[in-house]
Amino acid sequence: MKKKKMFLRMITASLLRRRSRMLVALLAIAVGATILSGLVTIYDDVPRQMGEQFRSYGANMIFMPSNGGELSGDSLQQAKNRIAEKQLVGYAPYRYENITVNERPMMAAATDFDGAAKTSPYWRVDGAWPSGVGEALVGKETAQTLALNVGDEVTLTYDLDKTPATADEAANTERNQNSAAFHVAGILDTGGNEEKYFFISIEDMEALTGKADCFDMAELSVTASQNELKTYADDISQHTDGVSARLVKRVTQSENTVLSKLQALVLLVTVIVLLLTMICVATTMMAVVTERRKEVGLRKALGASNKSIIVEFMGEGLLLGGIGGLLGSVFGFIFAQAVSMNVFNSSIQFRWLLIPVTVVVSVLVTGLSCLLPVRSATDVDPALVLKGE
Amino acid sequence: MSLLELKNVSKIYGPLKALDNVSLTVENGEWLAIMGPSGSGKSTMMNIIGCMDKPSLGEVILDGVDISKESSKKLTEIRRDKIGLIFQQFHLVNYLTAVENVMVSQYYHSMPDEKEALEALERVGLKDRAKHLPSQLSGGEQQRVCIARALINHPEIVLADEPTGNLDEANENIVIDLFRQLHREGTTLIVVTHDPEVAEVAQRTVVLEHGRPVKEIINESFEE
Repeated sequence: MKKKKMFLRMITASLLRRRSRMLVALLAIAVGATILSGLVTIYDDVPRQMGEQFRSYGANMIFMPSNGGELSGDSLQQAKNRIAEKQLVGYAPYRYENITVNERPMMAAATDFDGAAKTSPYWRVDGAWPSGVGEALVGKETAQTLALNVGDEVTLTYDLDKTPATADEAANTERNQNSAAFHVAGILDTGGNEEKYFFISIEDMEALTGKADCFDMAELSVTASQNELKTYADDISQHTDGVSARLVKRVTQSENTVLSKLQALVLLVTVIVLLLTMICVATTMMAVVTERRKEVGLRKALGASNKSIIVEFMGEGLLLGGIGGLLGSVFGFIFAQAVSMNVFNSSIQFRWLLIPVTVVVSVLVTGLSCLLPVRSATDVDPALVLKGE
Repeated sequence: MSLLELKNVSKIYGPLKALDNVSLTVENGEWLAIMGPSGSGKSTMMNIIGCMDKPSLGEVILDGVDISKESSKKLTEIRRDKIGLIFQQFHLVNYLTAVENVMVSQYYHSMPDEKEALEALERVGLKDRAKHLPSQLSGGEQQRVCIARALINHPEIVLADEPTGNLDEANENIVIDLFRQLHREGTTLIVVTHDPEVAEVAQRTVVLEHGRPVKEIINESFEE
């Protein structure tokens, strides 16, 4: 029999036949590894989870014309395609035009309502979102000015030559105009400038103005860190003709601040858990060594060197660390999943890499914790302990 | 040349002299008993001969080497290579089986060999108990495992400290028979005991009192 085989036989016998004591040590390591693995999973997943939560604050990136003109549908599409599809939560292009309603100058905004609902989830609509052509979403302030309610009909007029600057000019000048009737599907309440607008579909705007494929800006909601967003913005601005991508700093910066603090908190808790695990393992190992002083004395009497004693105790400790790490990586995922479901209401993906990482960290932490207790084992005087002193 | 020679050995703990100027010679293949009451210095002498302690004064020559001058690392090596230990309390590793306990000794000495360990257990009449844990063995059986462990590496000297102290008469006889067998095979035996019945079967008995040898008895009726 090779020495290695006997070594393994001794340490496995020690773990399997001295279950009660070793279970305490294993439990300490497994609990530590579980919390460590769980917190690392959460730490890693927090940006994604929080990013999704933050999307309710609205768009965090906008596309603007880089040359002060207008944006074409093609260039917007090209710019949008540079963002990974899985990170793009919502995309809404906007086109703004001056119109008149009952001879009163107003502002109309054309957009993709499905996209707008995603980039601006905080919009509150009284009634319903427009579901097709001929339907409009009217800002609350405009609805009050024009005494419009959900279900009313309203006619929007677009001046094909030049939009009149005043009501008098609109009344007294002969103009080349286009008009269309719209059904008020909903009243929009945002608390912002959007309450002054008429929102209609892009198709309706093209029919009303006779101009297609031109936009003033686009709003995007992207799940990404501030650095990633900046990289995207730089990349788009550099590689897409006519499009300048900018970050909505009030959103991205607050996201970044909250995320950094949350991650720092998780990191701090992880370090504390690691320290507590080390203390717990060290205490248990110290008790194990004290309890086995006679055995250490006997082994030394039989000719074991200090190195052999250290290797045997460390072997037991490291084996426990490995088993505890394996258990911890499985239970850690369950723990992280439970936290994620309860806090963020979404599941997380199992990361296979976390198994070797947890096992290695667990083995290292256990090894460090065992150093002092195992060192003390070498101080045992065989003559004294074998006499029962 | 004698296998073991103690020359004016003293062990001093503060004001106490556990061994006081002891000189003793043990020949190769001899069976020596060391007797004496508690506190007479038997265990101290056993520890010094077993390389687990060093004398304060004097020389201890084992197989031509003065072990009183060696480092603790070297003493560990000598103990591993030349000495087999038998204890009153047996001192078996409680989570290892009988055969594994014997193999532990091989593990530190050279290379573990289960077949050889089983043969050693067979020699002490315990082959059928080889897979039992110490808690499943009687005191006599545990002592026989301890003897098998002491013999497995073919030591120059077997040191037994009160080997029958925890045994009943039947088991005491089994152990003494084993010692007779070892002696016939040429093993050098040093048995520390306070039991006159165990001492009187040895070739020679040295009686210690207050750390000094006060009497030496040659067993005239000793049967080779």
